[in-house]
Amino acid sequence: MTEQAQLLPGTLDLLILRAVSLGPLHGYGVLLRIGQISGNALLIEQGALYPGLFRLVRQGLLKASWGTSDNNRRAKFYELTVAGRKRLREETANWNKLVSAIGCALGAQAEEV
Amino acid sequence: MKLLDAIRFRIATVFRRSQLNAEMEEELRSHISHRADDLERSGVGRAEAERRARVEFGGELRFKQESQEAAGGTLIDSIIQDLRFAVRMLRKSPGFTIVAVATLALSIGANAVVFGVLNALILHPQNVPQAESLYGLQHGSDKNTMVSYPDYLDLRDRNRSFDGLAAYTICWAGLDTGKEPSEISGFEVSGNYFDVLDVQPYLGRFFHGSDEHGANSAPYMVLTYAYWHSHFQDDRGVVGRIVRLNKHPYTILGVAPSGFEGTILFIRPDFFVPMVNKEQLDGEEILNAREKTGVLMALGHLKAGVTPKQAISDLNSIGSYLEKNDPKDDANMSFSLAHPGLTGDWLGGPVRAFVAGLMLLAGLILLAACANLGSLFAARAADRSREIALRLALGATRGRILWQVFTEAVLISLVGGAAGLWGSVVLLGGLSTWQPVPRLASLHIAVNPDANVYWVALLLALASAFLFGAVPVRQILRTNPYEIIKSGTMGKVGRRISVREVSLVVQIAICAVLVTASMVAVRGLMRSLHDNFGFEPRNATLVNTVLSMAGYTGDGVPAMQTRMIDALEAIPGVKSVGLVSWPPLGGGWVQSSVFTDRTTDLRPSNATASAFLYNISSDYFDAAGTALLAGRTLSRHDDMKAPRVAVVNRQFAGKILGSTTDAVGRYFKMPDGTRVQVVGVVEDGKYVSLTEDSEPAMFLPFQQVPSGVTCLVVRSDRDPQQLSAAIRSALRGLDAGLPFDVQPWTKTMDAAMLASHVATASLGVLGVMGAMLSITGIFGMAAYSVSKRKRELGIRMALGAQRKEVLQAALGRAFKLLAIGSAAGLLLGILASRVLASIVYQATPRDPLVLGGVVLAMALLGLLATWIPAQRALSVDPLILLREE
Repeated sequence: MTEQAQLLPGTLDLLILRAVSLGPLHGYGVLLRIGQISGNALLIEQGALYPGLFRLVRQGLLKASWGTSDNNRRAKFYELTVAGRKRLREETANWNKLVSAIGCALGAQAEEV
Repeated sequence: MKLLDAIRFRIATVFRRSQLNAEMEEELRSHISHRADDLERSGVGRAEAERRARVEFGGELRFKQESQEAAGGTLIDSIIQDLRFAVRMLRKSPGFTIVAVATLALSIGANAVVFGVLNALILHPQNVPQAESLYGLQHGSDKNTMVSYPDYLDLRDRNRSFDGLAAYTICWAGLDTGKEPSEISGFEVSGNYFDVLDVQPYLGRFFHGSDEHGANSAPYMVLTYAYWHSHFQDDRGVVGRIVRLNKHPYTILGVAPSGFEGTILFIRPDFFVPMVNKEQLDGEEILNAREKTGVLMALGHLKAGVTPKQAISDLNSIGSYLEKNDPKDDANMSFSLAHPGLTGDWLGGPVRAFVAGLMLLAGLILLAACANLGSLFAARAADRSREIALRLALGATRGRILWQVFTEAVLISLVGGAAGLWGSVVLLGGLSTWQPVPRLASLHIAVNPDANVYWVALLLALASAFLFGAVPVRQILRTNPYEIIKSGTMGKVGRRISVREVSLVVQIAICAVLVTASMVAVRGLMRSLHDNFGFEPRNATLVNTVLSMAGYTGDGVPAMQTRMIDALEAIPGVKSVGLVSWPPLGGGWVQSSVFTDRTTDLRPSNATASAFLYNISSDYFDAAGTALLAGRTLSRHDDMKAPRVAVVNRQFAGKILGSTTDAVGRYFKMPDGTRVQVVGVVEDGKYVSLTEDSEPAMFLPFQQVPSGVTCLVVRSDRDPQQLSAAIRSALRGLDAGLPFDVQPWTKTMDAAMLASHVATASLGVLGVMGAMLSITGIFGMAAYSVSKRKRELGIRMALGAQRKEVLQAALGRAFKLLAIGSAAGLLLGILASRVLASIVYQATPRDPLVLGGVVLAMALLGLLATWIPAQRALSVDPLILLREE
């Protein structure tokens, strides 16, 4: 297994929104999806996912409903709300701005200063 | 909108909590199962897969809690957490907890009791539908509720403001159900009484206005639920049964519902009978007598839309018609309305004033208790300053810590309030079954607590929690964690006046007021017991009966009375036997207008005075121990054939005859025009209440003015028990069907003493409570100041301070506060005692014994409260102290 990176504080919510934006998922599914889309590069404690999910539901960014999973088990499925989709766009833009700024700063050469 | 949604969401979460919890549980389980499925697919056994899935999931409990917080369900959790912590903290200091809970239990209990009385007597006076529109009529400047029956009929038929006007008066009757006849009390009511009040029968039916057809035409009776329950054992067959009231047959029509006990709060009737039958019951004809006030009160519901003001002007126009129509009997017919429960403002006024005064005192007690607990709480917060600083340093918000302190306060006050409420319910229950005057079993104070009392107790508990919980707030908000942890608990010793000290002074002052008031009341009561009443109740026994109960009427009454006197005089050891219509200070009285001999126009407004009227036998003054000042007493020969004569008291002689010295031989006139000659003058006495001024009274021979209401005064040195047995057998020998009761005269005085007894008892209890609160308050303050200044005291001692100086340093301030508070309280108490003087006979604060007593009591309180702290201060060992810190 490759070495996994610690999650930056505050980024879990963004990852959840992104994972769910690709289609309704139950909790464990969100975890798998994040692993899949991040190339298993991020370390997420399984239980830590749930406070995030509940927070997002409370903020009205996700909505939840009970259904049946592929394993034929009862599970709670999450999907994005309109507000959630909007938030995902904004946060993604913010993140990109931040990454490019930090990347710029870290990649800067002596003569450029 | 958003805010509203958020609030709704929060509230919804609180209520959906258990459901939410279950869902969360299921979701986490589902997660673990899915993970286990995956692991199983990679070749792990099911059991092992599930175990590993659980391990991988991490701290389930922690994530559940975090999820709950994220979902917004934290409010109740944090309250529960605070409660747990509060219980733990309180358990850690049991002394503090017990003192606080006991203080609150006492003061909230006192408030609940007083409020229970206030609630029952004043706020919630009538147990009938739409009690708020029910008014009683009163008239004249003295707020008299009594009117004559013809006047009542005029008022009933001519007014346009009431949905019917009912009337009632109180009566006693001998009831014969086939067993031993017994005396019972009840209401004589107008036929429309139950219809006007809109009360429905529990059993059978009520009588109505249509049942009345003139005098003695409606021999029906309705029992109250309580009497039916206790004397007819809930027998439903009682309806239709014929019993004998005063030997006349009456049909029991029905039973009133259990909540309905007449329309006057102090009297619980046994039965209701139509007023048109009054002649059979009292032997008195009132239906056509405008000069007799046969109706105790007229009352009714105002019509919808009629204001009390309109009703009063309507009644007044009837009043002026009555005055014009019959100027001889009707005067002062200007009406006002009052709530009927306490017979209008006549009794209602003083009762209301007294209960309001008590409520005020009880409120002050609670306030003092809060001040007390507030300073205890502040002291506790100061002692816990290290803990609070630590929690602040670890990131607790100040809000959270305050919330915690308030939780503790609310917990204490709720426990205290519950204990207090329990006590007060017991006490009120006892008060409700208490019969202050044994002879008048119907006289009682119905103060059973209802929901209002519980609410008030809860409210008081919460309010006091916030009052005393708020005291340490400023202290906590100002806490600087770094300072405190650095320097330890040795804060600076404040020299300026703190809130705590002011509240202690206020509290001591309140206590001193209560102590003063109760001492004044007790002294007054003690003195009034040794006062001259104008008769000597000791060594005298009273026999009470009403001859009409056994069917005596007309000439039969005085004849039977004479036989009774003779029979009792024949008992060995009896010195003298006198007859009087009702004993003075016995709870009953009759007043009559009197006129000078020269007056010819005998309308009430021309009356010289109103005098108490007693019908007596020749030996009454001898038996009662009343001193004859001039002339002669009445004799057996002052009968119908002899000229009308009277003995009057000194006040009567002075006021009506204009001379106390040569009143004998003069004449005065009764309202019916009879000229009466005065043959003797006796000393003044007390007739209705101990606090009254000297009032005129006249004593007429019972043969000339017959009355079935009979009281025999038997003076004897014999043992009261033996004597009463002898009296009983003598009277049974005369007429076995006559109900009567025998009692020492001192016992029947209870009625007159009732007000001052009640006042003294309640003030005494409040005074003791105030004293206890002061002790805990001073003790708390002194103990706290000693413990705070232990190190300073140790240094002083090490430097050679004497015991006196150490005490001075440790407790001087507490004593100064005590002195200031006591002085202020004593002054206020003296002012407040003026109010007391109207209730308790001879209550005067300018009594050296009272003043000295208060000062002594306060000094004792101070000594008691500072004893332990003083010992603690003196036992400070400088060496140990200096080494420790």
